[in-house]
Amino acid sequence: MIRIEPREKISNSSTVLIPIIAAVVSLLFAAIPLLAAGANPFVAYVEMAKGVFGSVFAISEMLTRATPLIYTGLAAAIAFRAKLWNIGAEGQLYLGAIAAVTVGSGFFDLPAVLLLPLIIVLGGCAGAAGMAAPTYLKVRFGADEVVTTLLLNFIIIIFLQMLLEGPLQDPMGLGWPQSAPILDQGMFPPLIDRMRIHSGLILAVLLAVIAHFMIKYSVWGFKLRAVGENSAAAKHAGININRSLFGVALLSGGLAGLAGVSEVAGLKGYLTADLSPGFGYAGIVVAMLAGLSPLGVLIASVFIASVFVGADSMSRAMGISSFLADLVVSVSLLCVLVGGFISKFKIVRAGTGKRFK
Amino acid sequence: MEASTVLRLKGLTKRFGPILANDDITIELQKGEVLALLGENGAGKTTLMNMLFGHYLPDSGNIEIKRTDDNLVPLELGDPSAALAAGIGMVHQHFTLAENITAFENITLGAESLFSLRRNQKKAQTKIKSIMSHSGLDAPLDIPVGKLSVGERQRVEILKALYRDAHILVLDEPTAVLTPQEADSLFSNLRRMTNQGLSVIFITHKMREVLSFSDRLVVLRDGKNVGSMKTSDASEKKIARLMVGSETQKVSSKRIKPGGPILSLNEISVAGQSKRDSLHEVNLILNSNEILGIAGISGNGQNVLADLISGLVAPDRGSIVLKGVAIENISPFNMIKSGFGRIPEDRHRQGIVGGLSVSENMIIERLDDPQIQNFGFLRSSVINKNAKTLSEKYDVRGPGIDQASRLLSGGNIQKLILARVFEKQPEIILANQPTRGLDMGAASEVQKHLIEARDRGGGVILISEDLDEILGLADRIVVMRDGKLHDAISNSREDIGLMMAGDST
Amino acid sequence: MIDILNILLTDSFWAASLRIATPLIFGVLGALICERSGTLNLGIEGIFVVGAMCGWMATWLGAGLWGGIIVAFICGAFFGLIHAVLTVPLGLSQHVSGLGITLFATSVSYFTYRTALPDVASPPRIEPFQPLDIPVLSDLPFVGLVLFQQTALTWLALLMVVLVWYVLNRTNLGLAIKAVGDNPNSVDAQGLSVYAIRMWAIVIGSALMALGGAFLTMSAFDAFFFGMVNGRGWVCIALVIFASWRPGKALIGALLFGAFDALQVRLQTEMGAFVPGQVFLMAPYVLSIVALVIAARSADYPRALLTPWFKGQR
Repeated sequence: MIRIEPREKISNSSTVLIPIIAAVVSLLFAAIPLLAAGANPFVAYVEMAKGVFGSVFAISEMLTRATPLIYTGLAAAIAFRAKLWNIGAEGQLYLGAIAAVTVGSGFFDLPAVLLLPLIIVLGGCAGAAGMAAPTYLKVRFGADEVVTTLLLNFIIIIFLQMLLEGPLQDPMGLGWPQSAPILDQGMFPPLIDRMRIHSGLILAVLLAVIAHFMIKYSVWGFKLRAVGENSAAAKHAGININRSLFGVALLSGGLAGLAGVSEVAGLKGYLTADLSPGFGYAGIVVAMLAGLSPLGVLIASVFIASVFVGADSMSRAMGISSFLADLVVSVSLLCVLVGGFISKFKIVRAGTGKRFK
Repeated sequence: MEASTVLRLKGLTKRFGPILANDDITIELQKGEVLALLGENGAGKTTLMNMLFGHYLPDSGNIEIKRTDDNLVPLELGDPSAALAAGIGMVHQHFTLAENITAFENITLGAESLFSLRRNQKKAQTKIKSIMSHSGLDAPLDIPVGKLSVGERQRVEILKALYRDAHILVLDEPTAVLTPQEADSLFSNLRRMTNQGLSVIFITHKMREVLSFSDRLVVLRDGKNVGSMKTSDASEKKIARLMVGSETQKVSSKRIKPGGPILSLNEISVAGQSKRDSLHEVNLILNSNEILGIAGISGNGQNVLADLISGLVAPDRGSIVLKGVAIENISPFNMIKSGFGRIPEDRHRQGIVGGLSVSENMIIERLDDPQIQNFGFLRSSVINKNAKTLSEKYDVRGPGIDQASRLLSGGNIQKLILARVFEKQPEIILANQPTRGLDMGAASEVQKHLIEARDRGGGVILISEDLDEILGLADRIVVMRDGKLHDAISNSREDIGLMMAGDST
Repeated sequence: MIDILNILLTDSFWAASLRIATPLIFGVLGALICERSGTLNLGIEGIFVVGAMCGWMATWLGAGLWGGIIVAFICGAFFGLIHAVLTVPLGLSQHVSGLGITLFATSVSYFTYRTALPDVASPPRIEPFQPLDIPVLSDLPFVGLVLFQQTALTWLALLMVVLVWYVLNRTNLGLAIKAVGDNPNSVDAQGLSVYAIRMWAIVIGSALMALGGAFLTMSAFDAFFFGMVNGRGWVCIALVIFASWRPGKALIGALLFGAFDALQVRLQTEMGAFVPGQVFLMAPYVLSIVALVIAARSADYPRALLTPWFKGQR
C-alpha cells in the first residue's frame, strides 16, 4: 500500500526545473503521434528547430507569435493567482480587437502619438469590461466564473461575426466578413524592417516586468496573493475581497484585451473572426508553465510559440498535421501539473516510511 | 466474572518523518471495561487509535484481537475493513457522516454489497431498532444527517459502529461537543453497553471524565506509554504529573474590579440560513477590566456572534455601540480600525494565510499603516524587523520569518496571531476557542495573554466550549443557547450545564 | 407572439427539441455523476469531441453503428481515467486538469482525424442512426413524431436518466457516490475505497459525455467537422448546477435548452429579415448564463466538490 504525504519543504530549484522537464517531456511525447503518422521523429524535430531558430526571420516569426501569448499568459497568471478562474481570455481578446478597429479605422483621425495610445487604452478597457461582467455575476449571484467566462467566449465570437457582417464590415472588402483596416498611424511600429515582429512585443515585456514588481512588492499585490491563498483569512484580516477580485478582473481582462489590440494593430491590420487560433486558451498553458509568475510567462510564451511555429514549418515540410502543436501544448500542461504534484508531495510506502521510487 | 483480554496492542511504533509519534506502546483492554486514554495534544493518542483502526500502518509492533473463540489472533494491519470485520468501531472527533443522506443510510452504508440492485431495508431497520433499545441510544433515522443536532450525530456514529457488530468501541474526545448532562447520559449508556459485554476506549484530556467514568487509564506522553493504573488508584494530581512530566500550575485569574462598559450589543438579530447561524435579540455589555466568558454547546450561535464582532456579518437589526458611539459600516476593516483584536476559532482557515510568509502574516491587518507602506509599496525592511521583534517577544518558533506560515505548528500559529493582535494593544479582544487543540504549555501562554490584556484595562470576550476554561478565567459568564444569550444564574458547573442544555432536559 | 405560439404547437418543434437535448442529456448526466462524487470535470468539452470523432471514425472504418457507440464510450472512459488519476489520488487542481483534458482530447481527435484523412475536400459520410419506426406508436398524432420517431440514441439517453436516477436513489452504490461527494471520510470509515468510488464515477461519467459527442456525428449529422461541439460541454456544466445535481431536473434542463434552441432556429427563419441571425445563435449561450445566475444563489453544491481527499490524512 502506498500513501501520499506532503513534503516538508519545497525546493526552490523545483519551481524552475519542473516546467523545463514538462516542456522536454511533452516534446518527446510528440514522437508517438509522429511515428503513428508514419514520420521520422528525428527529421521532424530538426524541421521544427529549423523553423524556429533557423534564421533571423524564423526567430522573429516565433517572437511575433509569442507576443499575444505573453498578454494572455499574464491575464491568466494574474487571475489564477487570485483564484479567479478567467477562462475567457479568448473572448476578451476579441473585445479588445473590436475596440481597436472601431476607433482605429478612421473613426478618429488623430496623429500617431494620440491614436495608438487611444487604441491601446480603449482595447484594454473593452477586455477589462469583458471580465468585469462575469466577476460581477460571481460576486453578486455566486455564478461560477469558469462557466460564465467559457460561455462568454462563444457569445463574443458570434457577436463579432455579427459586427463583421454589419456595422464593422469593410465597405471596400468585397463583402468579406472583415473590418476596415486600422489607419497607418494607429499601428504598432514594426521592430525590424520587412519582418512582422512589432513593438507590441516591447509593451508586453514591459507589462510583464511591471506585473512582477507589483505582485511582489506592492500592497495591491500582497492583497492579491492573500486573497488567492486564503480568501477567508484575508477577509478576516480586513482585506476587501470583492474589491481585490474586481481589480484583478479588470487587469486580467485588460491584458487579454491588449492581446487583441496587439494582433490587429500590430500584425494583421484588420479584424476577422479567425484572428486568434486559440491564444486565449494557450495563455492558460503559458501561465501554468510559468508557475503563475509574470517573468516566467515571458519564457513560457517563447516555448509555446516555438512549438506552434515549429510545428507549422514541420507541417509544411513533411505533410504532418499542424494539430501536432496543440497536442504538444496540451501535454505540456498535463506534465507541469504532475510535476507540481511531485514537487509538493512524496509517495511513501505506508508503514515502512521508505521513499517509494 | 473473570476479566479476559479482548485486545492487545504490542510494541506499536510509528514515525512521521523525524517525529516519533508512537514509541513502543503496549496496551491491553479487558472485556467489559472502560479504558481512558489520556495525554496532551501531540502525545500520540490519535495516531495510536488510527493504527488500531487501520488508517495508519505501524512501523513495527502488532495488534491482537479476540474473535469468537478464546484465542487472541493477530489483526491485519493498515486495513480499515479488516478492523471493521474484527469488530472494532471508531467514533472520530470529527464525525464521519455524510450530511446529505439519512442516519439510516449512513449506518448501513458499506454494510451490503455496492452492486446489489436493491437495498434490503427491512432487515437493517429491525437490527438498528434492536440496538437502539439495548443501548439506550436514540436518534431520528429518516431525515438527512445535516439536520440532526451534534448529540444526535454522535449517537448515530456509535450506532454505526454497533451496527457493524463492534465489540470494541473507540471514542475520540467524545464529550468535546456535548453539555455536561449530555456527556453524563452518554457515559451511562456506555456503561449499560459494557455491562452487556462491550469494551470501550475513550480518548480525552478532561480529567473529570476520566476519574468519574473509566475503570482504568493509560497516559501517553511524547508517544510513550508513561503510566497505566486503575482509576480507583488515580488522582487528578497524579495524572497531571504523568501527562506533562512535571507538575504545572493551572493559570487562574485573580478577579479584579471591572471598569465601566466599553462595548454593548443592543437587541442584535442576525437571520442566518439555519438555526445554527442566527442570533435573536442579543444584548451584551462588556466592561473594561473584564473577561466575559460565553459558555455553550457549539453550534448555538457562538460563531455568528464571533463573526459579528469580527465584522464578517452585519446585524439585520440592532446596533453595536463602542464607548457610546454606534459603529456604522460593520466590516472587518472597520472593526480592526475601531480597536478590536480578534482571535479566530479556526486559526488555519481564518487566522493565517498559509502561503504567505510569517512576516507578511504579522502585518496583514495593518496594510494601510504608513509605517508598513510607502505610496502603495511594502517596506520590506520594516516588515522583517517587525517580524523579528515579535517572534522573539511572543516566542514564535518555526523555520524562519521568510518561510510560509503554514509550516508552523498549531501552537506557533496561535502565537503568531497573538503577536499580531496583542501588539496593537486592542481595547476589546474577541477570543473564540483560543486554546482548542493546543498543548498545556501553549494553552496557558494564551490564557496569560488574555489576563494581561484584561489587567491592562481591556475587555475580553472569551468564547469556549471548554467549561473548565471559562470557569477558570471569566469574571462573568453568560450562556449561549439557540442564538440567545442568558446571564448565568450562578457560577456552578451544574447550573451552567443545565442552562447550556435548556431547562427542559 | 402568435408566431411563437404556432411554433410551440407543432409536433416537429418538440421532436427537434428532444433531438437537440439528447447530447446534452448525456453530457449533463455525465457531469452530474462526476460532481456528485466530488469532482468537477471540465474535460467535458474535449470528451465530447473525442466521442464525436471516435464513434464516427469507428463506424466509418466498418465497426457498425453500435460498434461506434461502444468505441466512443471506451474512448471517453479513457480520457476520464486520465482526469481521474490526476484529480483523485494525486489531488491536483480539478480546474486545470479538466481544461488540460479538454485541450488534450480535442487535439488528439483533430490530429487523428487530419492524419487519417489528410486531403479530403468534403468530409466522408456514414449512414447514421435512423429514426425508429415502431408500428402504431410512430403513427400516433403528435407523440408519434415527438417520441416514437427519434433515433435509438435518444431513447438510450432517456433510459440513462432513469438508470442514473435509480442508481443514485435506490442502490447502495448511489448512496456511496452521494456520500463520497459530501464527506469522503464517511465512506472511508465504513471500509469503502474513496479513490475507487470517485475514479469509477469520473470514468463512467466521462464515458457518458462521449456518447453525447457520438450523437452529434452519428445521429444529428453523419460526418465529423472541426469545432462541431461548439461549447455544448460547457453548457452541460451550467445545466448541472441548474439541475441541482438531480437526474430528473437534468432532463428538464436539457429539454428546456433544446426547446429554446429549436425555437431560436425557427424564429431565425421567420424573422431573419429584421434581426441578424447571430442574435439567435447567441441566445442559447446567454440562456445558459441566465440559468446559471438564477440557480447559483440557491445551488446546493456537493460539499466535497473540488476538495481533494488523501488517504490517512484527517
